[in-house]
Amino acid sequence: MQRIKDTLPPLAVIALLLATWWIVVAATGSLIFPTPWGVVTGTLELLKDGSLWRHIGASLMRVGTGFGLAVCVAVPLGLWMGWVRGAYHTLNPVFQILRPISPIAWIPIAILWFGVGDASPIYLIFISSVFPMIVQTTAGVHTIEKRYLRAAENFGVSRRTLFKHVVIPAVLPQVLVGMRIGLGVAWLVVVAAEMIALHSGLGYMIMDSRNAGNRYDLVIAGMIIIGLIGLLLDGLMRTLERAKWVRWRYAH
Amino acid sequence: MRTKTKIEVRSLRKSFASDKGTLAVVDDVSFEVRDGEFVAIVGPSGCGKSTLMNIIAGFVQADAGSVVIDGAPRSKPDSRGILISQQGSVFPWLTVRENLMFGLNGHAQSNASSIADEYAEIVGLKGFEESYPYELSGGMLKRAELARALVVKPEILYMDEPFSALDALMSLRMRNELLRILAKERHTVMLITHDVEEAIHLADRILVLSPRPTRIQATFEVPFPHPRRLASREAQELRVAILRELGVDHEGLAPV
Repeated sequence: MQRIKDTLPPLAVIALLLATWWIVVAATGSLIFPTPWGVVTGTLELLKDGSLWRHIGASLMRVGTGFGLAVCVAVPLGLWMGWVRGAYHTLNPVFQILRPISPIAWIPIAILWFGVGDASPIYLIFISSVFPMIVQTTAGVHTIEKRYLRAAENFGVSRRTLFKHVVIPAVLPQVLVGMRIGLGVAWLVVVAAEMIALHSGLGYMIMDSRNAGNRYDLVIAGMIIIGLIGLLLDGLMRTLERAKWVRWRYAH
Repeated sequence: MRTKTKIEVRSLRKSFASDKGTLAVVDDVSFEVRDGEFVAIVGPSGCGKSTLMNIIAGFVQADAGSVVIDGAPRSKPDSRGILISQQGSVFPWLTVRENLMFGLNGHAQSNASSIADEYAEIVGLKGFEESYPYELSGGMLKRAELARALVVKPEILYMDEPFSALDALMSLRMRNELLRILAKERHTVMLITHDVEEAIHLADRILVLSPRPTRIQATFEVPFPHPRRLASREAQELRVAILRELGVDHEGLAPV
C-alpha cells in the first residue's frame, strides 16, 4: 500500500509532463517536434528492424568494457593509496589535477591515440570513471575506524588476515559507492563519445536520426531510452548495496 | 598472597604535544599486578587513565619508564593481553562466529569454529553465532567482545570502561557475568572505570589516580570474598573512602 502511495506522485508528474508536451506540440502545430505518440511509433519502428537492440548492445558493451577496466585499476590502486602514505602523497595530487578534466576534453586525444573504433569511447569511459572510484576507495581505507585496526593488531594476525578480514570488508561499501558514481559517469560519457564517430550506439543513433532527415521522434526516443537504462544501471548498483557483505554498513 | 608478579609498571611518563605546548598526561606511575589479580584503576575523567592503559597494553609508547610482563619488557601489543574498550571493536562486517574465529589463526578452520562456538556459549550467545553485530543489542555486543578476547586464551585482560556505554541494569549483569567467567578461567585483569561501585564489585585492589598529569594517589585492598554484597557496611565505607580520595564527600554535596 505504501509502495503504491510512493509511486503515485512521480507517475502523476510524468503524466503531467507528457500531457503538457502533447498539448504544446498540438497547439503550435510543429512539423519537426514529435508528439509523445510519435515517439512511441518511432520506437516501435526501431524495434521492428532490430536496430534499437543493436545500438543498446553496442553502448552497453563499451560501458561494460571501459567501466570494467576502470574497476580493475581503481580498486587495487585505491587500496594501495589508502594503505601506504607515500603512495597517497605521491599520486593524489596528480589525480586531483586529472580528475576535473571533462571527458569531452579528452575526445581529440582519444581519436588521435585510438582512432574512431571502439577503443576511443572505451578509453573515454575508462578515464571518466576511474578517478571517482580511486577517490572513494582511498577514502574508504582512510576512514576505517582506528579501533578495528587496533583490535586486529592486538590479536597479532598476519597481513593477509588483516586485509582479508578487516581492510577489504571495511572498504567494500565505499568501493560500491565509487562504482555507482563511476557507472553513472560512464553511461553519461558513452553517449557523448558515440556522437563523435562510429556507426553504432545510442549516441550515434541520436545524431544519425537528426542528420538523416530530422527524425526528432527517434532523437527523443533515444534520449528516453538512455534515461531508462541509466535508471536501470543505478538500480542494479543499489541492489549490490543490499548484498550480505555490505549490509552491515546500511543496517541501523 | 605469594603469587608471582605478572605486570610490572615502572615510572611511566607520557606527554602529548598540543597547541599550547606539551601536555603532561602520565607522571611517574609505578605499580605491580600479581598473576591472576584483578586490579581496578579509578580516577577523575580526563586524568589520563586510558592513556595509561594504552601504554600498558602496548598501543602507545611511553616517553620514559617501562612495562615488564612476566619479566620481559613489552613494547608492542600481542594476543597475550587483549584490550576491551568502551566503544567496542567487534567487527561489524563479520558474524559473531567469524569475529570469535578472527584471532584463532593457527587453528584449523573446523577446529577454530568449534572453539568459537564453545566461547559463544560461555558468554550466553548460543544461537547467535551466525548473527551480525548490528542484529545484536548493546549487552550482547559486549558479550561477543568478551568472548572474542577470551577465545585466544589471553593471560591478561585490559578493560577500559568496558560496560560504561550500557545502561545500569545491563552493566550490573555484565559484571556478574564477568565474575562468573573469571571464576572459571583465571585471568589477570586490569580494569579502568569511573564507577567506584563497579571497582569494589569486581577488583581485588583499587588504584586511585590523581587529576592530570596523573599519578597514583592511593591504593585500596578489597578484602571481601565473592559474591560481594555492595550494600554491606564495609563496602559502603570503602566506597566513601575512595570517593573522598577523588574529592567527593559521601553525600556527594561538596568537595572536601
